[in-house]
Amino acid sequence: MTTTATRTEAAPAGRAADPVPRGRRRTATLRTPLLFCGPFVVLFLAMYLAPIVYAAVKSLFVIRRSGLGLTGPTEVFDPLANYSRALDDGDFTASLGRVALFGVVQVPVMLAVALTLALLIDSRSARGRGFFRLSGFLPYAIPGVSAALVWSFMYASQSSPVNHLLEPAGVRIPFFDDGVVLWSVANIVTWSWTGYNMIIIYAALQSIPAEVLEAARTDGASALRIAWSIKIPAVRSALVLTAVFSIIGSAQLFNEPSVLQPISSGAVSSTFTPIMSAQAAVAAGDYPYAAAQSVVLAVLVGVVSFVFFRLTGRGDQA
Amino acid sequence: MSSVLRKPAGPRARRDTTPVSRALVMVVLAVSAVYFLFPLWWLLVAATRPFGEQFSGGGLWFDGFGLFDNLTRLTEQNDGIFWRWMLNSVLYCGVGALVGTFLSALAGYTLAKYQFPGRGVVFGLVLAAVLIPKILFTLPLYLMFSGIGLVNNPLAVLLPSVVSPFGVYLSRVFAARSVPDEVIEAGRLDGAGEFRIFRTLSVRMMLPALVTIFLFQFVEIWNNYLLPAMVLSDDRLQPVTVGLVGWNASHVAVPPPLVVIGSLVSVVPLVVAFLALQRFWRAGMTTGAVK
Repeated sequence: MTTTATRTEAAPAGRAADPVPRGRRRTATLRTPLLFCGPFVVLFLAMYLAPIVYAAVKSLFVIRRSGLGLTGPTEVFDPLANYSRALDDGDFTASLGRVALFGVVQVPVMLAVALTLALLIDSRSARGRGFFRLSGFLPYAIPGVSAALVWSFMYASQSSPVNHLLEPAGVRIPFFDDGVVLWSVANIVTWSWTGYNMIIIYAALQSIPAEVLEAARTDGASALRIAWSIKIPAVRSALVLTAVFSIIGSAQLFNEPSVLQPISSGAVSSTFTPIMSAQAAVAAGDYPYAAAQSVVLAVLVGVVSFVFFRLTGRGDQA
Repeated sequence: MSSVLRKPAGPRARRDTTPVSRALVMVVLAVSAVYFLFPLWWLLVAATRPFGEQFSGGGLWFDGFGLFDNLTRLTEQNDGIFWRWMLNSVLYCGVGALVGTFLSALAGYTLAKYQFPGRGVVFGLVLAAVLIPKILFTLPLYLMFSGIGLVNNPLAVLLPSVVSPFGVYLSRVFAARSVPDEVIEAGRLDGAGEFRIFRTLSVRMMLPALVTIFLFQFVEIWNNYLLPAMVLSDDRLQPVTVGLVGWNASHVAVPPPLVVIGSLVSVVPLVVAFLALQRFWRAGMTTGAVK
């Protein structure tokens, strides 16, 4: 690659004007970008598009076993079988509902906390800004699985340090009860990502011109009033963006619940989230069905993020 | 390169806040700091306690010292497989991030600095892929790899890891910002080839950005649990995250205190890298957010 690229003489490619004859320029403008972008594009197609196409094709087949079991199972073309099975599969549809509920509750809560913390750190009453920014951001440096492991120790029914602290108050949180376990998972996700979102919102707050804030203060606006009428509208696009990424992130919920699963005494089922459900199908050797579930999830995520971007209008983003 | 850093908007004005509002703000911030640091503090304390005492009491203060003994036990468990996992993690993340940063830098730089047919399509694909979480591709990827017999092979982790749409996006933004067209032009006039210009001039100007991309990719690969968990069933090939979760799920076979100590050891390198390279992290995040 190096040799071919360096042999491309001085023929310039790109925006800059060039004195070289047209024919020569043509080949150069195409060849260099092709060589430079090529490796990435090829790998991208192989690792992103090819698997999706492969899964989509695979999902159109079903595994048939002969009645006597004398011959091995064969794959038969039956394009709708896996999809109708997925829609009828109570566990799979329940997992979709579960992550939807998770997204609807966890994302607004997390973003409200992140926005509040960013506004407080940005406020004139705050001391030790660097420390609070860092402490909020530190969980982001902990891998999702490690965070889930650490929190699983926090939740452990025998020895939960959280419940140990709450004991004098006579409170005990049943982290692994059926109705609670989803929010135990939500807490881990919130812990991991609040600081990340806070930093993004804080960066947007920093870009508000100081004169605007000064003028509002001279006019006698209170700190709350400034936050509500100037600061929050100014970080709207940052909020939209963090919301989109968080909602999409909910669909991929996997690490936290699957780490909690073995110690949850059944509250976290093997089909707790859509990805866990698809993985359970893989573990059962039913690849076409796993493929169909993956395709359904990918399409749903695509539709949701498309609709969300349409509704909020990418146009008004800075 | 200060261009990757966001400067606060001017010096802070004099303090003219009431004690009540100051107290209120500090109380809320302090509560948040306790929430964020509590689990990490517990982990640190628990790992230093004598073996077997990890889960006794509240575990919020040091009580006896067994850190070195704990580390020895961690090393001895299953013939030192823990350190093999750490090495695997470092290798997967190091190699994956290095190759990935190179590919991303080259592609992003090309998207920023060259006009060519298909440029819009490539960038559109990259943006779409940034929005879709990688984990959604993992199961299809596993199905494809098992179809072509590439499971239980380090390549099954490395190949998908070197493709980073977010890295290409960051690299495009940084290249457009920090590499002037005139420099490329001057290189051409001096007779340098396109790759040579990239290698000797542009890379140097993009260097802080490349550190950011490397860091993000390193962490992204370290964080990716599902892919190695699915494609690597041989535990000698697994990264530390997959290994520890396996220990955790094994209940009695591996003593739970070892999972605690292993967890601490496995996050230490990341926390150190994070604290040492803070400005690069923030540069990448704010660029990703402020489109």
